[in-house]
Amino acid sequence: MPELLQDYLPIAIFIGVAAVIALVLMAAPFAVAFRNPDPEKMSAYECGFNAFDDARMKFDVRFYLVAILFIIFDLEVAFLFPWAVAFGDLGWFGFWSMMVFLGVLTVGFIYEWRKGALEWD
Amino acid sequence: MQPDVTVPNFLPAAPEILLAVGAMAILMVGAFRERQAVSVATGLAVALILASAVLVWLLPRAPAETFGGSFILDDFARFMKTLVAIGSAIALIMSVEFMRSGRLTRFEYPVLIVLATAGMFVMVSANDLIALYLGLELASLSLYVTAAIRRDSPRSTEAGVKYFVLGALASGLLLYGCSLIYGFTGTVNFVEIADSVAASGPSLGLIFGLVFLLAGLAFKLSAVPFHMWTPDVYEGAPTPVTAFFAAAPKVAAVALLVRVVMTGFPNLTAEWQQVIVFVSIASMVLGAFAAIGQRNIKRLMAYSSIANVGFALVGLAAGTEAGVSGVVIYMTIYVVMTLGTFAFILSMRRGEQMVETIDDLAGLARTNPMAAFLVAMLMFSLAGIPPLAGFFAKFYVFLAAIEAELYTLAVIGVLSTVVGAYYYLRIVKLIYFDEPAAPFERMGPELRAVLGVSGVLVIAFFVWPAPLVEAAGMAARSLF
Repeated sequence: MPELLQDYLPIAIFIGVAAVIALVLMAAPFAVAFRNPDPEKMSAYECGFNAFDDARMKFDVRFYLVAILFIIFDLEVAFLFPWAVAFGDLGWFGFWSMMVFLGVLTVGFIYEWRKGALEWD
Repeated sequence: MQPDVTVPNFLPAAPEILLAVGAMAILMVGAFRERQAVSVATGLAVALILASAVLVWLLPRAPAETFGGSFILDDFARFMKTLVAIGSAIALIMSVEFMRSGRLTRFEYPVLIVLATAGMFVMVSANDLIALYLGLELASLSLYVTAAIRRDSPRSTEAGVKYFVLGALASGLLLYGCSLIYGFTGTVNFVEIADSVAASGPSLGLIFGLVFLLAGLAFKLSAVPFHMWTPDVYEGAPTPVTAFFAAAPKVAAVALLVRVVMTGFPNLTAEWQQVIVFVSIASMVLGAFAAIGQRNIKRLMAYSSIANVGFALVGLAAGTEAGVSGVVIYMTIYVVMTLGTFAFILSMRRGEQMVETIDDLAGLARTNPMAAFLVAMLMFSLAGIPPLAGFFAKFYVFLAAIEAELYTLAVIGVLSTVVGAYYYLRIVKLIYFDEPAAPFERMGPELRAVLGVSGVLVIAFFVWPAPLVEAAGMAARSLF
């Protein structure tokens, strides 16, 4: 067992060094930095012009829904690429496996369409 | 280059495939039907689950492995799948009343139950770590959503989020354990893991992996010390969902745990036995003591289910064929008792309001003597009083533990039964000796049927226990 743990010693050292550097970088400004706040400096920075409003505003939950739907189809494409590259070697079993996968996704797509998840208003 | 692509034999997995395809079909039916989508979807889902249970028995009887050995259909899987299917189907039937009164109108609910059942079927048949995780996650993800199915109720969403966050943590533990086991044995298949351990002996890393795996599974079982989510989720989730949680998923998780330790780690019995004995004692004791102060009957049933998992694990701790057969008998009787009790809890309503405190049961014997008698019998059975079924369930697991010389475990188990008897008997006392509270609404026909059948099975089990004992023995034999 000790040999096994020794293999991981570099990782432990790495974690230790990373933690120290991070803590030092966080603590250093309190000690060294020059501080002289005024309202202009404290306000949010928006590309040079004055901030319109607070950054912590509400935004529409539909953005989140679209993002989730995007992830599903993004993953679909991520699966399709390696399948397409190896397509010639996969044979009919490989072909139908992917067709079943696409079929399942299509069912999900029809469901979200019917439920109105794709309508904006 | 021609890669090694062989078409696997799909036949042993036909029930799972039927459930998965059926779930998608029901989803489409629900999405395209304008009216009464939920009742149509529920009917189809019940039919589908029962059809898959029948299909399990229509397949050839010889044990069959497929998908490169990662999926197995043997007598143990057959028995447990039947039990899971019965638990899911009856939980769905019991939610009809809830749907009729308009408190659960989403047709996604039956679809999710079907998907969870498919996941539990895979769990029961899993023969390697990948199939184990696949089944567990398919079941768990569906369960998280069903816990939060009433998304406009703060308690239901809280239950769902709590369950999801803690469940994700448990999945992380489980996966970490799986990766260690794979790293130290070089295989994910249970049988090959056992061979590798037999050939080269246990290493510390493998034992670490085993403990993490057991911790992850203990969470899904809601065994102490991973039980914290159970009372909150049981209380917060809509009652039909709680009834579902208490029955089928427990069976599937116990079956999975039994198969992992029996086929994957038969040569590490001393190592996993310590863990199982600890978890079992802790669950029995905490389940017995923590339930005493509960006034909410769903929370009480949550602690009761924690204690029951502890009792089932007593049989597993023995690590013998008699022990596994005891676990199978225990889970069967547990499912019968739980479904019966929840059938009654689901009927506890006055006007449009569900009531959930124990005090609402006061004097039920005078307002509804038949239901009162059956509930009292179920409570006596849960307390383990002979000659009811619950006594025999405990008898078989404790017998196996004594035969395996686990005397401490058996003695603590019996003592915690005595403590647990207090809160079950208090309900009987409330029903029979207290001043009647206002009567409940009339029970729906399906709830009456479930309560009646469960009560009769519990009372009459001792007359003819042979079929269950034989079937359980056959199921246990296929693991050895």
